[in-house]
Amino acid sequence: MAIHNREAFLDKLAGRLGRPRRTEVAPPSYSVRPQERVFQGATQDELVEKLEAQCEVIHTSFERVTLSELEDTLRRVLNGYGVSKIVSAGGPRIETSGLVDFYDQLRKEDYEVQIWDEEKGRQNVEFAEQAGAGIVFSDITLAESGTVTLFNDRYNGRSISLLPETFIAIIPKSTMVPRMTQAGRLIHEEEEKGNPVSSCVSFVTGPSNSADIEMNLIVGVHGPVKATYIVVDDL
Amino acid sequence: MSIKIGSKAYAERIQDGIDNSFMRKAVSSAQGRFRTGRLKAAEELGDWEDWRTLGEEIRSHTMENLDYYLHQLSEEVEKRGGTVFFAETAEEANAYVQEIAKKKQAKKVVKSKSMVTEEIGLNEALAESGCEVVESDLGEWILQLDEDPPSHIVTPALHKNKEQIRETFVKKKGYTKSDDPVELAAFAREQLRQDFLSADIGVTGCNFAVAESGAVTLVTNEGNARMVTSLPDTQISVMGMERIVPTWEDLEVVVSLLTRAAVGQKLTSYITALTGTRLEDEVDGPEDFHLVIVDNGRSKILGTEFQSALHCIRCAACINACPVYRHVGGHSYGSIYPGPIGAVLTPLLDGYEDHKELPYASSLCAACTEACPVKIPLHEHLIMHREIIVERERMNAKSEEIMMKGFAKWASTPAAYKMSTKMARTALKPWTKDEHIENGPGPLKGWTDQRDFPAPPKKSFREWYKHREERRNG
Repeated sequence: MAIHNREAFLDKLAGRLGRPRRTEVAPPSYSVRPQERVFQGATQDELVEKLEAQCEVIHTSFERVTLSELEDTLRRVLNGYGVSKIVSAGGPRIETSGLVDFYDQLRKEDYEVQIWDEEKGRQNVEFAEQAGAGIVFSDITLAESGTVTLFNDRYNGRSISLLPETFIAIIPKSTMVPRMTQAGRLIHEEEEKGNPVSSCVSFVTGPSNSADIEMNLIVGVHGPVKATYIVVDDL
Repeated sequence: MSIKIGSKAYAERIQDGIDNSFMRKAVSSAQGRFRTGRLKAAEELGDWEDWRTLGEEIRSHTMENLDYYLHQLSEEVEKRGGTVFFAETAEEANAYVQEIAKKKQAKKVVKSKSMVTEEIGLNEALAESGCEVVESDLGEWILQLDEDPPSHIVTPALHKNKEQIRETFVKKKGYTKSDDPVELAAFAREQLRQDFLSADIGVTGCNFAVAESGAVTLVTNEGNARMVTSLPDTQISVMGMERIVPTWEDLEVVVSLLTRAAVGQKLTSYITALTGTRLEDEVDGPEDFHLVIVDNGRSKILGTEFQSALHCIRCAACINACPVYRHVGGHSYGSIYPGPIGAVLTPLLDGYEDHKELPYASSLCAACTEACPVKIPLHEHLIMHREIIVERERMNAKSEEIMMKGFAKWASTPAAYKMSTKMARTALKPWTKDEHIENGPGPLKGWTDQRDFPAPPKKSFREWYKHREERRNG
């Protein structure tokens, strides 16, 4: 940990700008704020509808369920993809959503399920690389773009939503916001309060894609090939 | 590689571009799709001009206070366990990265797409240190296998067709399947997975750093940047010093502008913000993080009439709108930054000597300025470059100077002017067909090779005016 060559570098910039180094800058006040107007005043249900429409654009399957229907839906989605090896984010949310028991049940039925566990170290990554599906919980969900925001941490490794062929995001309805504006603001406010941001914030919008070969859209070039969002109404 | 690509002269590069019919068709169709996507996205969003205004204000404020925000950024990165290196030159930046590679005894480096590492020639520097460097963006991987430079900022392999790509895979990687893009991409996926899992160092660029938290943000569709930053134990991010925003609130605005202006997406598949090293209880992500902040000529632009060129967010909207780029393609610019922004930036970063033609690779139609999501007055910058080239640097061709002097003399001598306008029609008669000149002589040839030139009218303006006045006066 160190900072090299900073002072001379920044002195030069200040010189070019024709003034001494600045040690304080007042927050700017911008003349317009169009970002506030997107889906302004929409209810949570309306935002879910916007999300559903956007899923068509981003090649992502969409399900909407109550908490009591979550297990059956997950099972149907996993079977639909033909997946029997699953890696899931851990932490308090799999308990509150009842997924601990569900995963136990799956294990009894010869599914291989691993909940991300720091104790297992690098083995988590190796398992994720072989898994058919990765299951995560969205922390903030952006209706406009169809994006799930993941604050990666000890329970939610970066690899879960990246390495398996299928990506499944469980979206609590309470996490719906209009767009990235609200996510950016929340992180900014936390920073101001002295609560540092996660070491990795992943905004994920559907499966991986590319248009590098003759502009043909190809899904799953590096990351997941298929994606499903499951919105849970009472979470 | 450095900012300059290839050694061919400008005229030769242009001719190569014009002769490459696949490339021209691909560029033209890509421009159409990107432009439609951008316009549709702007319309859906509404208030596009307000968004552009906000983008411009954020970028202006950041540039005016760049020293402050870079200081804040470096403090925050250090707090989060990272090391920051400020590099004045490409050589300093490369030497620092080479030193890390040596310390780590690195054999393999995986990279996600980055313009600034192209600009400083980092791949060559790492190869000198004995590292195998793998570009992991699909387009960049194809170009790396083929030892070809990129021709577009967003879709670097735009100039290649699928048959060429298949041939490269067959020759370089033993590929055996068809030229179906899905099969080609699946092969690349399989090959690259092994590289990600076995790499010692991951190198990325930086779309935007966030000063308030020390985050480095990467905007991609493929997810390769996530691979590069999740799997190897060491991450090195290299950023041009201007690629910074003050806060997360500003970040979301410029990211929204970038993804819409680039390809018409609301957001790309992945936007990843990485802050320092992984925490103690985290399993994936780097245990060692380095941020290299590169000047490499950028500070020369600060405080000048070109300062707003540093506002560029690398969306390529100007490239996709440019009629000249449409005809000549990216390689013709001889720079890793093609199109209008390339014509503005390249001479600023690398001097006029090798790039004095670039400001003339524009029709000055201002489509680029209109397309720019942060309102950089690109065509005005091109005019300023031309002024400097002619008046200060005196780099225009001697023949042009003689011709312009001759023109001035001719145009200010009424008798000569009158006689030549009268004779022009007769002199050009052998090349005139239906009031158009085809395959014209001398200086007209360059024009008529591509399109017709209107023949001089039967009657000059003066004659017409005189006749009109006579009629009016009865």
